[in-house]
Amino acid sequence: MTTATGQLDAMRLTHLQRLEAESIHIMREVVAEAERPVMLYSVGKDSAVMLHLAKKAFYPSPPPFPLLHVDTTWKFKAMYDLRDKAARDAGMELLVYHNPEAKERGINPFDHGPLHTDMWKTEGLKQALDLYGFDAAFGGARRDEEKSRAKERIFSFRTASHRWDPKAQRPELWRLYNARKNKGESMRVFPISNWTELDIWQYIHLENIEIVPLYFSAPRPTVERDGLLIMVDDDRFPLREGEQPVMRSIRFRTLGCYPLTGAVESAAATLPEVIQEMLLTTTSERQGRVIDKDGGDASMEKKKQEGYF
Amino acid sequence: MSDRLANDPIYRTDALIAEDIEKYLEVHQHKTMLRFITCGSVDDGKSTLIGRLLYDSKMIFEDQLAALEADSRRVGTQGQEIDFALLVDGLAAEREQGITIDVAYRFFATEKRKFIVADTPGHEQYTRNMVTGASTADLAVILIDARKGVLVQTRRHSYLAHLIGIRNIVLAVNKMDLVDYDQGVFDAIVKDYAEFAKSIGIDNFVAMPISGFRGDNITTRSANTPWYGGPTLMEHLETVEVDATADTAKPFRMAVQWVNRPNLDFRGFSGLISTGTIRPGDAVRVLPSGRTSTVTRIVTLNGDLDEAAAGQSVTLCFADEIDCSRGDVIAIADDPVQAADQFEATIVWMDENELLPGRPYWLKIGTQTVTATVQQPKYQVNVNTLEHLAAKTLDLNAIGVANLSTDRSIPFEPYAQNRDLGGFILIDKMTNATVAAGMIHFSLRRADNVHWQATDVTREHHAQVKNQKPAVLWLTGLSGAGKSTIANLVEKKLARMNRHTFLLDGDNVRHGLNKDLGFTDADRVENIRRVGEVAKLMTDAGLIVITAFISPFRAERDMVRQMMQPGEFLEVHIDTPLAEAEKRDVKGLYRKARAGDLKNFTGIDSPYEPPQDPEIHIDTTSMTAEDAAEEIVRRLIP
Repeated sequence: MTTATGQLDAMRLTHLQRLEAESIHIMREVVAEAERPVMLYSVGKDSAVMLHLAKKAFYPSPPPFPLLHVDTTWKFKAMYDLRDKAARDAGMELLVYHNPEAKERGINPFDHGPLHTDMWKTEGLKQALDLYGFDAAFGGARRDEEKSRAKERIFSFRTASHRWDPKAQRPELWRLYNARKNKGESMRVFPISNWTELDIWQYIHLENIEIVPLYFSAPRPTVERDGLLIMVDDDRFPLREGEQPVMRSIRFRTLGCYPLTGAVESAAATLPEVIQEMLLTTTSERQGRVIDKDGGDASMEKKKQEGYF
Repeated sequence: MSDRLANDPIYRTDALIAEDIEKYLEVHQHKTMLRFITCGSVDDGKSTLIGRLLYDSKMIFEDQLAALEADSRRVGTQGQEIDFALLVDGLAAEREQGITIDVAYRFFATEKRKFIVADTPGHEQYTRNMVTGASTADLAVILIDARKGVLVQTRRHSYLAHLIGIRNIVLAVNKMDLVDYDQGVFDAIVKDYAEFAKSIGIDNFVAMPISGFRGDNITTRSANTPWYGGPTLMEHLETVEVDATADTAKPFRMAVQWVNRPNLDFRGFSGLISTGTIRPGDAVRVLPSGRTSTVTRIVTLNGDLDEAAAGQSVTLCFADEIDCSRGDVIAIADDPVQAADQFEATIVWMDENELLPGRPYWLKIGTQTVTATVQQPKYQVNVNTLEHLAAKTLDLNAIGVANLSTDRSIPFEPYAQNRDLGGFILIDKMTNATVAAGMIHFSLRRADNVHWQATDVTREHHAQVKNQKPAVLWLTGLSGAGKSTIANLVEKKLARMNRHTFLLDGDNVRHGLNKDLGFTDADRVENIRRVGEVAKLMTDAGLIVITAFISPFRAERDMVRQMMQPGEFLEVHIDTPLAEAEKRDVKGLYRKARAGDLKNFTGIDSPYEPPQDPEIHIDTTSMTAEDAAEEIVRRLIP
């Protein structure tokens, strides 16, 4: 039996062992150099792996930073359940932040379109980082997810107004990360930059990491809208004229706000089956997300410059 | 399934996924990882090759392919054919310009390996990006356009790959389809390249004829090149031996990142093992202190390990409570690393602002950050001709060799032996930008041979005899602000109080000690460094030193502050607005500068960085010189 950090196979590290060692190294550098780090925790599979790596990096100490969930109030119920449990199990403080303005104005994905993501997530994140004075925030973004991510540094510098300038990125060489910054400036740090979706799934499988059950197929109430299968997760879902939730065997490849996340019809109910389906599938992971399509081709790059993760 | 597909490793994988996923996962747990870079000139087809590798290893999904086809028709350069380059050119700006402008990382995997590709641009001004991409690579693919042969750019890329220590070089002669797969063309290019490679110390390389656009010899042997008997690009990438394996055979070294101390009963040292292996019971030495102990445990969340090797992140426990903290290096006791504070290194400059010899920069190496100053370069390398050129400084994308010194002794190894303990970055102390990357050649013996001569009459004694506390009153401000006038008044007042003082004035020092220096940024830095050293010797002699220098840069004023004993450096900002100083223009210098007769004049065409938190602030618009002097003396001797 080989585990990611188990006995070495003839002293040759596997790709997962190298990735794991790199991620742990990155996290320790942040803790050693930042004054007030925090881990952005979104309850998805990438967050699950990142949290697991944090436990490994600092064992036997608990990870020496809090978890921050910038919530939109529109996540799946199952995500809230796992979020609270995961923080408890890791012995970490969990901070949940809601943008008060978004709350007051009742911003929601049904009536407000792109404004929903902008106010709850992008603005909410900036507000939360400013409120607590965090100077380094771990995020679970991967370079294989999206084209503009492929060029982002692992230690990604942000101005005092949280902006990312893709043209003025610091060169990043060897295993040397420049974490220096002036007061008010901050770092977004992506410890799993070099992991692919397949690596994430394999690692979850190998290390037996708990993930939200929504990644596994089960009969769930759904409606079909604009070519996406949307799960009716609670009674806030405004059904249109003649629309009736239909039970379908579905699962999710990526998790976000439930009204914005498309499901796939699937019979994959175990991890190996999920991986099998992922490998044989013909559409990319972010395709189920409405958010990437706003504003055309360079949509994510634009969001990132404005401070989105 | 056709023969071609049945022999294709990618499609065999597909069958296994469908038939036995558990078996597939088992196989894929044992994959290794290879990181490589592709280098080529603008039109050599780098992005196309990477796009092709992604496409052939099925890393491109249907929706991406649909977008790609649409994009190819809209902005592509290949007519109606799929333009694979569009897959990898990420940022909006460069998609419009049709060029790659930064380092991008791509991922694909086969049965045997996971690959991380650094896509690095070929433009001359982007040496910085290529060095960055190469720093983490195990292998370099040097692309050549078969129609053009070995170009200046080819030489540059090969030199940089070799400089950064990449031992596995692949010469991919691309666009063979455009020369009718002519063996003669291929052989001539390989011969040409071999001669050049040998001249810069590349002993081995693997050459292959390919077409990224057509897919020849990428994943399958091409029927178009029957004369070629070597491996396909993918076969080679899957089987070549990686450097990480060699690191395991070297002596044990680990830089301490973080001390893990959850409670009084546990104290562990966390880090990533750079080279070698470690087992409980091994004797280790901590550098630079030189203290020794024995490893008792290798702690991980999954349980203690019997052995750990290069590339793993671990936490070590020792038998003894010895001093060990972040920045220290743990090495095997009988073969430890050296420590030194002066080095010769190759430096790659990566910032718009040129190197200022003598200016203090942060130097990060391993897990420690120290202050370092770089001397004037011994030479700069012309990366196209490899000639050595005389250089006073290094500007963006320049590569040179220089000596540098650190403010304390640091454990290190030559870069050729250890990238982690021999590679460093320089960071600007004001902007925090990463301004350079460096590779240590060796330490300078001088560090060992010039000892500090301990003297019996101490600086405390000097001060006691004079019955005063030594200090430096450092007056900084624009030309014409009134520094010299105020400094002179301060010294007169102190003399009347029987204090032993000395006034160092900018103009006067430039007549003697610093008469070889001009007014470039580099010379200004050296000017202040020398004055700082003189002031320091004078405080050792017990004097109160008053200086009057424009000293426009914060970095140098901070450097002088660091030289002095704590509390002995008092920064005095003689604050006069530029308009007011220019109006006074006592020496007529502003008029000359405005007329263009005087270059690099502070406030006109050279910046002044005002102190952010000076000990004493003098506003000359609301205070006479006499009052200012009185205030400074009152602050020095309350």
